[in-house]
Amino acid sequence: MSAAASNGFEPVIGLEVHAQLLTRTKQFCSCPTSFGAEPNTNVCPVCLGLPGALPVLNAEAVSMAVRTALALHCTIRERSIFARKNYFYPDLPKGYQISQFDLPFSEHGWLEIPDPASPEGTRRVGITRVHLEEDAGKNLHGVVLAEGRSVVDLNRAGTPLIEIVGEPELRSAADAVAYLKQLRDILVALGVNDGNLEEGSFRCDVNISVRPRGSSVLGTRVEIKNVNSFRHVQRAIEFETARLAAVVEAGERFGQHTRQWNDTEGSTVFLREKEGSDDYRYFPDPDLPPLVLESAWVEARRRELPELPADRRARLCSALKLSPYDAEVLTGHPRIAEFFDGVLATRPEDPVWAKRAANFVMTEVLADTRTHGLQASFPATPAQISAILELVDAGTLSGKQAKELYARVRGTPDDPASVAAAAGMVQMSDTALLEELCRKILESNPKQVAAYRGGKSGTLGFFVGHVMKETKGSANPAIVNELLRKLLAT
Amino acid sequence: MDLLDGSLVTLADAVRDGTISALEVADATLARISAAGADATGTYLDVDAERTRAQARAVDDKRARGEALGALAGVPIGLKDALCTRDARTTCGSKILEGFRPPYDATAVARLRAADAVFTGKLNMDEFAMGSSNENSAYGPVKNPWDPTRVPGGSSGGSAVAVASGLAHATLGSDTGGSIRQPAALCGVVGLKPTYGRVSRYGLVAFASSLDQIGPFARDVRGAARVLEVIAGHDGHDATSVPRPVEDFVGACGRDPKGLRVGVPEEYLRAAGDSGLEPDVQASIEQALRALEGLGCTLVPIHMPHTRHAVATYYVVATAEASSNLARFDGVRYGVRVDPGRDLEAMYGATRDRGFGAEVKRRILLGTYVLSAGYYDAYYTKALKVRTLIRRDFEAAFAQCDVIAGPTSPQVAWPLGEKVDDPLKMYLADVFTLPASLAGVPGISVPAAPSKTGLPIGLQLVADAWQEARLLTLAHAFEQVSPAKGLRPSAIAR
Repeated sequence: MSAAASNGFEPVIGLEVHAQLLTRTKQFCSCPTSFGAEPNTNVCPVCLGLPGALPVLNAEAVSMAVRTALALHCTIRERSIFARKNYFYPDLPKGYQISQFDLPFSEHGWLEIPDPASPEGTRRVGITRVHLEEDAGKNLHGVVLAEGRSVVDLNRAGTPLIEIVGEPELRSAADAVAYLKQLRDILVALGVNDGNLEEGSFRCDVNISVRPRGSSVLGTRVEIKNVNSFRHVQRAIEFETARLAAVVEAGERFGQHTRQWNDTEGSTVFLREKEGSDDYRYFPDPDLPPLVLESAWVEARRRELPELPADRRARLCSALKLSPYDAEVLTGHPRIAEFFDGVLATRPEDPVWAKRAANFVMTEVLADTRTHGLQASFPATPAQISAILELVDAGTLSGKQAKELYARVRGTPDDPASVAAAAGMVQMSDTALLEELCRKILESNPKQVAAYRGGKSGTLGFFVGHVMKETKGSANPAIVNELLRKLLAT
Repeated sequence: MDLLDGSLVTLADAVRDGTISALEVADATLARISAAGADATGTYLDVDAERTRAQARAVDDKRARGEALGALAGVPIGLKDALCTRDARTTCGSKILEGFRPPYDATAVARLRAADAVFTGKLNMDEFAMGSSNENSAYGPVKNPWDPTRVPGGSSGGSAVAVASGLAHATLGSDTGGSIRQPAALCGVVGLKPTYGRVSRYGLVAFASSLDQIGPFARDVRGAARVLEVIAGHDGHDATSVPRPVEDFVGACGRDPKGLRVGVPEEYLRAAGDSGLEPDVQASIEQALRALEGLGCTLVPIHMPHTRHAVATYYVVATAEASSNLARFDGVRYGVRVDPGRDLEAMYGATRDRGFGAEVKRRILLGTYVLSAGYYDAYYTKALKVRTLIRRDFEAAFAQCDVIAGPTSPQVAWPLGEKVDDPLKMYLADVFTLPASLAGVPGISVPAAPSKTGLPIGLQLVADAWQEARLLTLAHAFEQVSPAKGLRPSAIAR
């Protein structure tokens, strides 16, 4: 935190997130939502705003939006209204955006962010509302065909969006990033959004003001538009907090306005005044009847909700005794979470098994797992991992051998048990053989033996290491430990 | 050609059974349009003889292949220029859409095509359907065939005149506050505004979305019923279209209206001073009411106390919606663009300044004002409340009667130019048609006894929502006894 911000001021931050829904078709027409098509090809009379064209609501978008609102603990309004937000811009074909205004379909929710200061380790942040709306097209400036002029691509126009408005309950850049990460994880887990900030399918506007620490009065707010990565959010908030604190401290007056984050400069710049210019003349869209969500239908959507990242983390930490860090890593991506659950499947309630699985997945599997958006490609199947760990559990393989076996089966459909048998990979558990080996090692290291017997119990690892070296890692460590202790004691 | 001046149903049946070919009908109609001279009447904005003949030939070919023909086989139908057509320009009477050719057909147009109708062309109208005299068209006024020095009414003036003059057998118009019923009355033809939600609005250039309805003009009630059967019905492209079955509307024509209770609003005939009801219109409607009694109907005096607020309510609701609906005409994607080369704002400003006419600008300004922060509740919210009260007037009325009868327009066709400088006077011309629009209920105008000077007068019948069949039964029965039966404009008689 910069000097000025720590100088008696605290920021008050609320985030507005626009997330594109992963529907097959657009919000109010049947054009595909796929990206990367030639400009102005995924368009029809409706999303081009041609005279006479009318919107018809996409039921899939409603279903995704409602699942999101339920996952964010919002109450669902039985009868909500689509409103027109009127303004002129070339990327807005109808001259208005269909959105929701005074009667959104959901409101009053919350999500939890990590909070080391609280006894539960988490804290709730309020969600003001979640509503449905449509995306605009894209203005492209000075590109092909344009020669210094601007052109418009309307492929994106009409893509379904949900806007998630958070309460101004965040007090630091770290809070804001934690909130965004939690929110993104939830949307991704629900399968309604791909969580891609850079490509703009998950966009964030930051509302921020500062006030003297301890004050309950809100300062004048500025909005930082379209901050498109977690790092940018962090930096933009830190910068703006310091800037606002300096401005307020200097007693300068300013009005509500919109700013833009310039990552290269590392600063925000003034974009436009808010006051006076923003009369969007919202009114109910007469082309769309009220959206009626019957409670039985809503409850059916609630039953469809998957286990959400926070619940999954709680299960891993409390029932399976994993560390918060491990739980975080293993639930951060929905495919990874599913993979890990697949490894746990044979012993879903066994903490020892869970710890072994967590270690193996985190150190071995995730090292060469690639994720892209909602997709992930794994080097092995959960069943293969689970089979390797069974061999460890049975004492057939040592940890080192397990890693070797994984290296052999990775990228193949082969059964680990068969591969291990064929390669003769078996842990050495023959007590007589191991005892002879241990005796030899103790005899050739009298100094260390004397040290151990003199009280330096840490020397035990030294002997274990030697045994492992002699057996190329195949000795059963539990048996070796026991034998060494016994021999050293006599 | 008798068939050309006969009933629509007879003509379609004749084409279906091969008595006459669709091409012969099309050629005869095109000859009349050509003889009338598009410039002389101002009725059509777009006629393409080859397009029309090709469509007629396709109908004849279909018959030659032994395929069954549709309900409007070979019927020459004209389309208000507010309806999108994939093979003809659609200007909505505005400069801003000059030369615009939509890539799609309105649902109602597609349904007419599928029923084997043959399109004569696109019909003149008040710009964006805003007007009651057709004098607000960017392409010049339309003249009333009964007296070419007078207006035909509006906004569907071209659609009314085409039918009155025999330049189409039937036409489609759109009615937002009376734009079908009023010109039908002033031109002596039948004009029907269906229940809101009965006909898909997809492809109708929007004026006021919560009020707009497409409907037919025809020479007789049965013809209007046949067209309605074709264009009505749920459409997945319009979220406000209602999934109700399409009834046998043609069959409803010819049923006995005996026993129907006909409500006569005190406010419609009594308040002659307020509404500017002309004595000739009053006399004609009173005569019509006696005729309805003669048909076995019972007259029931009713009250529509909120009628007097209809004009004010309408001009808040309709202009509010229009201010938003017309935002898409910005010069960016289609239509006319005027670019002074400075910046975006200047392009928007110049395009809309040059593209829109005075009345359209007036309504956009009004609508923008009533939706503005600080004024919204005083105007828009209040107007919605009054609209509810007007709806309740109808609910109360339909508890006492089956159909409401009264004048369609307080006046006969007035001289061209008489009201162009007095918008309020023009707005008051719609006082009797606005309430049904605000309530979303169906209304029809049927020719009644003409004025002393021979100008047409319309009897308006209004029924409860979805009761078009009942409306058509009464309208058809009245048509048979109306003194206007068989009357044609002198211009045609000559």
